[in-house]
Amino acid sequence: MSNLIMETKDFNFTYAGVDDPSLKNINLPIEKNKITAMIGPSGCGKSTLLRAMNRIHDLYPGNKYEGEINLYGAKGKENILDLKKENDLISLRQQVGMIFQKPTPFPMSIYDNVAYGMKLAGVKNKSELDGRVEKALKDAAIWNETKDRMNTSALGMSGGQQQRLCIARAVALKPEVMLFDEPTSALDPISTGAIEELIAELKKDVSVVIVTHNMQQASRLSDYTAFMYLGDMVEYDKTDTIFMNPNEKLTEDYITGRFG
Amino acid sequence: MGGKLFKNFSFFSATISFFILIGIFSILFTYAQDSIREFGFDFLGSEVWEADEDDEEIGIFGGFIPIIGTLLSTLIAMAIATPLAMGIAIFLTEIAHKTLVKPVSIAIELLAAIPSIIYGMWGLFYLAPIIQSTFGGQGVGLLTAGVVLAIMIIPFMAAITRDSMNTVPDVLKESAYAMGATKFEVIKDVIMPYSKGGIIGSIILALGRALGETMAVAFLIGSVMSIPSNITDPTTSIPVLLANNFSEAMGLEMSSMYYLALVLFVVSLAIISVAKFYFLRQKVK
Ligand SMILES: Nc1ncnc2c1ncn2[C@@H]1O[C@H](COP(=O)(O)OP(=O)(O)OP(=O)(O)O)[C@@H](O)[C@H]1O
Ligand SMILES: [Mg+2]
Repeated sequence: MSNLIMETKDFNFTYAGVDDPSLKNINLPIEKNKITAMIGPSGCGKSTLLRAMNRIHDLYPGNKYEGEINLYGAKGKENILDLKKENDLISLRQQVGMIFQKPTPFPMSIYDNVAYGMKLAGVKNKSELDGRVEKALKDAAIWNETKDRMNTSALGMSGGQQQRLCIARAVALKPEVMLFDEPTSALDPISTGAIEELIAELKKDVSVVIVTHNMQQASRLSDYTAFMYLGDMVEYDKTDTIFMNPNEKLTEDYITGRFG
Repeated sequence: MGGKLFKNFSFFSATISFFILIGIFSILFTYAQDSIREFGFDFLGSEVWEADEDDEEIGIFGGFIPIIGTLLSTLIAMAIATPLAMGIAIFLTEIAHKTLVKPVSIAIELLAAIPSIIYGMWGLFYLAPIIQSTFGGQGVGLLTAGVVLAIMIIPFMAAITRDSMNTVPDVLKESAYAMGATKFEVIKDVIMPYSKGGIIGSIILALGRALGETMAVAFLIGSVMSIPSNITDPTTSIPVLLANNFSEAMGLEMSSMYYLALVLFVVSLAIISVAKFYFLRQKVK
């Protein structure tokens, strides 16, 4: 019945130099080839949770993880909080890609941006690189806009194009999971629409976790929704249930905008 | 009202600095006239610097030795300082623990503020003997001058490079790590290209400073009019020659010194303009 790609179990997270945990006892399943949305008021810990799922918190010293975050990847079940070696973290990040709120093109050409992760992963064969770059750009629906300017700087693209380039860059690594942290909050409605379409398309190949403040976006796009509040996971269920018939009063208040 | 006053004042100051620049150039050019007319561009390639025995007002003067001395000592300094300054900047922005960054940064800023004569004395009494026993030579010479120049410009270069590396947004670095990059790859592929403008700017400004440095080099380069055939040989540089000879020179020699000053002025100005160009470009991005 349920087909997990990731899950957090009794997960706690405490930032360096802070006494109280910012995430408390989080139990969240991430279903394979589904889109899971995380919603909740500002500061409730959505980004913190997302950033634990690829261990990007480790770039800053002193943060504390407790509990389990399991990844059911090619190697079978693995608690990613047990990973210690740099190589293991690198392999985790190749399996669990991340897209940020603002587009983050690297200061290099469009081609090099998309090829970057593959080159890091050791792909050297030029024709393989070319093929995978093209496929990734097609998957991210910007092949037509980029095919004639592959060698120009990615910094010259529009914000929406840059965001799709970042998605292409992540997709090129063939990850198992992609984490999106408010990927459209810096974009205009048309680019937002394009990105949403793209994410819906992506779930054929990857499992998606998306943080959003946009209720319509969560309900349109996701299969499952988690509602968080003050570091707690208040409710997790099918998106329809969360939006039509939530269990918790708090969830209902948040969704209907009667909050505070 | 106040705004207008301020605007006028800024305009006035900006204009003044422009006129000062023009003024310096014309004075150098005017006083250098005799020498320019006498030696032309051959001045730049001629090694002789001799006043006539009977008439101190005339003689044969060529700028080759001080020009070469200036270029070589600067080159040595840049070759040593650039990699070290980059290393310090990378260490401070990406590697050092937070508790270490502050004291090291303060130390670097203090080093940049030490008057150059102190570097000169330290170089003469402390470094010159070390260089002599390690590399041979007479202690003072090109290498000693270059090394001390390097030590003088490192703090300055490291500080500017660090500031420009600090402007790399965290999420840009994070997204490279999120693609599976190592720290080294993030530095090489993201931080260096992103702060390229600032890095080049810092190199060029340091170059300008090394070219014009007088006091420290005067202690250390040996101040002799000879072409160095070895890296440890003594020679002289434009600012050092000017400082040493200015009080006694007259006539054509004096004019030739203005000619040298003009060469240094034009080169420095050109370098600063290039640096400004890079800094401006970086701001636009
Ligand atoms: N680097 C940090 N150090 C200490 N506390 C932090 C740090 N980053 C975030 N926090 C705290 O952790 C809590 C959760 O923050 P988080 O960024 O995960 O919220 P969020 O749900 O993503 O909010 P938003 O919707 O505004 O993005 C907040 O109380 C925040 O103040
Ligand atoms: Mg957030």
